[in-house]
Amino acid sequence: MMTADQVLAQFRATGVETCFHDRHINPQIYAGLNGSNWRLKDYVARGGYEALRRILLGADGAEPMTQDQVIATVKESGLRGRGGAGFPTGLKWSFMPRQFPGQKYLVCNSDEGEPGTCKDRDILQFNPHIVIEGMAIAAFAMGISVGYNYIHGEIFSAYERFEEAIDEARAAGLLGDGILGSKFSFQLHAAHGFGAYICGEETALLESLEGKKGQPRFKPPFPASFGLYGKPTTINNTETFAAVPWIIRNGGAAYLACGKPNNGGTKIYSVSGDVERPGNYEVPLGTPFPKLLELAGGVRGGRKLKAVIPGGSSAPILPASIMMECTMDYDSIAKSGSMLGSGAVIVLDDSRCMVKSLQRLSYFYMHESCGQCTPCREGTGWLSRMVDRIENGQGRPSDMDLLNSVADNIQGRTICALGDAAAMPVRAMIKHFRPEFEYHVEHKTCMVPAYV
Amino acid sequence: MISEATRARFAREVAKYPADQKQSAVMACLAIVQQEQGHVSPEGEKGVADYLGMAPIAVHEVTTFYNMYNQRPVGRFKLNVCTNLPCQLRDGAGALQHLERKLGIGMGETTADGLFTLQQSECLGACADSPVMLVNDRTMCSFMSPEKLDQLVDALRAAEAP
Repeated sequence: MMTADQVLAQFRATGVETCFHDRHINPQIYAGLNGSNWRLKDYVARGGYEALRRILLGADGAEPMTQDQVIATVKESGLRGRGGAGFPTGLKWSFMPRQFPGQKYLVCNSDEGEPGTCKDRDILQFNPHIVIEGMAIAAFAMGISVGYNYIHGEIFSAYERFEEAIDEARAAGLLGDGILGSKFSFQLHAAHGFGAYICGEETALLESLEGKKGQPRFKPPFPASFGLYGKPTTINNTETFAAVPWIIRNGGAAYLACGKPNNGGTKIYSVSGDVERPGNYEVPLGTPFPKLLELAGGVRGGRKLKAVIPGGSSAPILPASIMMECTMDYDSIAKSGSMLGSGAVIVLDDSRCMVKSLQRLSYFYMHESCGQCTPCREGTGWLSRMVDRIENGQGRPSDMDLLNSVADNIQGRTICALGDAAAMPVRAMIKHFRPEFEYHVEHKTCMVPAYV
Repeated sequence: MISEATRARFAREVAKYPADQKQSAVMACLAIVQQEQGHVSPEGEKGVADYLGMAPIAVHEVTTFYNMYNQRPVGRFKLNVCTNLPCQLRDGAGALQHLERKLGIGMGETTADGLFTLQQSECLGACADSPVMLVNDRTMCSFMSPEKLDQLVDALRAAEAP
């Protein structure tokens, strides 16, 4: 007789479908993983902690690196934040007041809750030491002695895995006091969320880390001057930190050359929805979208592509015709009117009703609004109720303009970007698929056969 | 009353933060209380508040803000099924409906035998594994086809049979 825990263990993901499918292109972060080789000795066998060693102790006859050299290398690499905003990482690091005499903090944002995104989960689960090494390098570069990795509460096993990896690194002298016998000390800890999308917003995350409700702070002041416990703090995404060891080992120019100008390196895309092989795909930035779609097995059932949400649920949806012309990088997607965001690619085939799709997203933003700003608290509910009534055959001809007007009055009028995130999908859906909404209002049913 | 074993788990979390920032451990302590007691009761909040030197209302604010804290008792197994858009496109809503039929309850309800509570959830961060379901806050169950849902429910019932 099996215990309940044994029963549940049978249904855990193995990573075979999402990560070990051997359909990445020149992977750096996911390279060589198989699910059982996540431990310190395996990571070291893959060249792990060489970058940290080179920085602190020097290697191949070269001197140890200075803080300025590390930051310059990251700047040269063109690495941009992988969490959503795409801000240049080296520049962010240079904002940190390194000479500030008090405590400074480094925070890793692993609160991966943007619908469509599950890339950081597979990094933390299957290659946790790459994040630890990346954070240690960042901490050295900015003169920081304490760091936290805040992990999405729903992926609790990733939190437990990361804690284990921290213990391994500490025992091996790769974290803690006097790392590798140098003068550099860095204490790293894991923290977890417990179900709040808003905590992916960096200042909400800081509030949560302080043991409070995760309500975003007004910016400025930015975390670089007033962050965790009011101290200077740098926050980067998991995948951003994971990119750093490769950059140090191979140089900034080599990393930049992996992608395209202004879009250095590889990026992990979480492809979900109507594809044959949903999963995470690490490919060079600038890879054409049709290639990514092909890696994911193409549109499910050989159906026709209708639309794609290219960067997580907050990113404006793009019709197939525009999407098929895009390359997967920050600049190409932005030029097409959307954003690369977290790299969550949600694929919709031609059987999908756009009103119903938007209905679920609008409900989500209403549910997750923290309630702090009136335009978002009231507006997300208003949007959700309106999309609901259109879907349920009670829409009015004026509703599309009203949806746009409510969205306009949320966007740019809130403390954080959740308001924008709620408004953008609505505006893009109406911009690109207005006839479907009008059809719903007039005929009280979908243009396409029923879905779900 | 908080047991010695629980206090040791609390202490491990508190040790991660500066001595004057014990409040930072509140989320972890509440999650521990929930794991051990099934939900976070007002007494549970009070215990955490006393341990961390917080006002009980400040702890209550945390319990009520984050979706995963159970503010009242739930079944032996809390099943949270994601129905957000990426999952909806891959039968997430179908998985929830299947469980409603299988268990004979609606979402948000608990079976009469106290074994299962069924909930719709927002993004669990496992979109490529859809349909996905989080069981008791800790175990993500992936690719949950109707057959696998049946297997899981039947096996859990068998495991808990007296």
